[in-house]
Amino acid sequence: MDLTNSDRELTANVEELSGENIFSCYQCGKCSAGCPFTEEMDILPNQVIKKVQMGDGSVLDSDTPWTCASCLSCEVDCPKGNDVPAIMEAIREISLRKNLDRVDINKLETKGLPEIALVSNLRKKTG
Amino acid sequence: MAFKPRIGVFICHCGENIAGTVDVSNLAEEIIGYDNVSFSTDYEYMCSDPGQNKIKEAIEEENLTGVVVAACSPSMHEDTFRRVVEEADLNRYQCEIANIREQCSWVHGEGNDRPTEKALKIIKGTVEKVKRNVSMEPVEREHSDKCLVIGGGIAGIQAALDVAEAGNEVILVEKSPTIGGHMAQLSETFPTLDCSQCILTPKMVEVNQHPNIELMAYSEVRGISGYVGNYRARIERKPTYVDADACNLCGDCEEVCPVEVTDEFNQGLDTRKAINIPFSQAIPSSYTLDTEACLGLNPLRCSECAEACDADAINFDQTSEYVEEEFGAIIAATGYDLYPKEKMGEYGYGEYDDVIDGLQFERLLSATGPTGGEVRRPSDGKVPENVVFIQCSGSRDPENHNSYCSKICCMYTAKHAKLYRETVPDGNAYVFYIDIRAGGKDYEEFIQNVREEDRVLYLKGKVSKLKKADGKMKVWGLDEISGERVEIDADLVVLAQSIIPSEGAEETSEHLNLNLGANGFFKEAHPKLRPVESLTGGVFYAGTGQGPKDIPDSVSQGSGAAAKAIDLLAKPTLSHDPQVVEIDEDLCSGCGLCVGQCPYDALDINSKGVAEVNELLCEGCGTCASGCPTNALSLRNLTDEQLTEMIHAHIGD
Repeated sequence: MDLTNSDRELTANVEELSGENIFSCYQCGKCSAGCPFTEEMDILPNQVIKKVQMGDGSVLDSDTPWTCASCLSCEVDCPKGNDVPAIMEAIREISLRKNLDRVDINKLETKGLPEIALVSNLRKKTG
Repeated sequence: MAFKPRIGVFICHCGENIAGTVDVSNLAEEIIGYDNVSFSTDYEYMCSDPGQNKIKEAIEEENLTGVVVAACSPSMHEDTFRRVVEEADLNRYQCEIANIREQCSWVHGEGNDRPTEKALKIIKGTVEKVKRNVSMEPVEREHSDKCLVIGGGIAGIQAALDVAEAGNEVILVEKSPTIGGHMAQLSETFPTLDCSQCILTPKMVEVNQHPNIELMAYSEVRGISGYVGNYRARIERKPTYVDADACNLCGDCEEVCPVEVTDEFNQGLDTRKAINIPFSQAIPSSYTLDTEACLGLNPLRCSECAEACDADAINFDQTSEYVEEEFGAIIAATGYDLYPKEKMGEYGYGEYDDVIDGLQFERLLSATGPTGGEVRRPSDGKVPENVVFIQCSGSRDPENHNSYCSKICCMYTAKHAKLYRETVPDGNAYVFYIDIRAGGKDYEEFIQNVREEDRVLYLKGKVSKLKKADGKMKVWGLDEISGERVEIDADLVVLAQSIIPSEGAEETSEHLNLNLGANGFFKEAHPKLRPVESLTGGVFYAGTGQGPKDIPDSVSQGSGAAAKAIDLLAKPTLSHDPQVVEIDEDLCSGCGLCVGQCPYDALDINSKGVAEVNELLCEGCGTCASGCPTNALSLRNLTDEQLTEMIHAHIGD
């Protein structure tokens, strides 16, 4: 990717929406190591953060923020105290504002899962 | 009545190390019947306090005249046990070690009697030796109280100050016109960001003012002879053509000098005059006329400087002055250079103006530098918006450059990126790294702060190449974490060049027969336990000549080397192991064969035409004794008779 002309606005927006200093992450990988959903993700949670640091817009094409269930295990694990689920939520919000539809709700496997649980999970970090 | 030796044999179990393979109690019983052995015992750990007491008690109660300790290698505990017998009023050379661990139990399997048989033979052989040993006292010799410190960087400065403070005279020799070394070139120092010159110059002034330190700047060691305690060095003080006492630093000479050449102090980023002072706080505080740059002194071609000098300080007739001095100890603090960026093919062979090394960036950041502390790139003076820092440039690259880690680059690169971001808040700083090595006090916190607060983008991976296009440098790199290949249009690239030993390391090693490691750094006597000592007695190491290290480590090693030198110089006399070669002058034909064979230069043919040994230099290796065609030479306590009897004991006849 062309780092000179990277999307610095993306970095700034994620920081504003999440309230986190994205440069605080020093890439230890513990968030990804403890994430129960990495098998369902196309890139790892720490890679998502790295891409935001780099201003790499391709992060908006990733499934990872949408697979994140905000279970908070990464947030508990993070040695720098970063709220990773808030960063994932910020990326989801930016995608939504760009009208990038990553999830077709009708196609979601919801068998056995009450709809209200699904919705509240996805909205855990929206306050 | 003939002397009848009474030998005691003390057999150590060394836990299971020996006792697991060798039948130690059987050994103790077997050896008691052997010639002259009047006492034997075995014990779990002979080197422990109770074990040592057993030896002392037996010497007193049994009137022993000699002791054999059958245990580990003599390199481990020979000295321990010799001190023990001394405490029981027996001469230390009446104690010998029979090595039944490294040379027996460790190398033979258990479950049969043969290791025990072998151990018995080793002990018998040692008994044969010790009963023929003569009692000796160490060789004592006067020594010089002076210390020579080679190199006036921070390590040499610290070493010189510490030795001088202890009351010993020091001569500090520095090649360049000022002391201070590379530290004087630095802007600020990690992790506390003190201004380098602010913390260095007080020490430089202290060196200059210290009554026990004679500073010889612009000087070089030309030769060293002698040995520990009694080195003799010949030092050349090169002419500066300026009388340092008369020079008042007005700078008139520099102003009128018509010659401009590359300024080494500013790492080539600026020019200086042929007559110059490296920086305003230089010590000695005086100008130096660089004759290689000057239009010519013989015949005199210009003399503008002399005419401009109101203080009449310039003297074109100065010549080299040679000083010969005796030194008891020498501290080699010869420092480092950066691996030339001209060797970095992938980064432009040093041909791109805007690809600079770490020390050049220090000068750009420094308030006393060519840009007055503003970060402006060399090619066009523009303030760079995108600066790429490449770590491990020339380091950790066994195939093309140096295999080792240069240790300080992670930290100084983080500092560079931080200072750049503070100077150019709108600029982008990118750091390419393979690993971050921040193993020092407050270092990791510093790195995290640079990443977090200064928002420096760290990218994991080594830059493949630089390509020049439209005044920019296209940087081809990788971020391993995201898995993205990245390209950056850099306005300035800073290479964290590998640390290499300065030329002084090799020169000093030639003068003193010092060992250099594979990478050209001084090789210490022991990498862990004797890190400031060389294998040459009385020669110690300080600073980066011994290996890459930062300022606190260099200062620590400077103090460590000083402590070793003070320890040596404080001794009223130096003692040396008396197990050296002896010469039977009646047998010596004066052929001189031994003189050439001696690896320590300890032998000479004297005025009587026979060989003479310098007992302080002789290490008792025995090369000469085995080579002497007339058997005139023999080693004390390792005579032919002793060796023969030991062999008989071993082969059992």
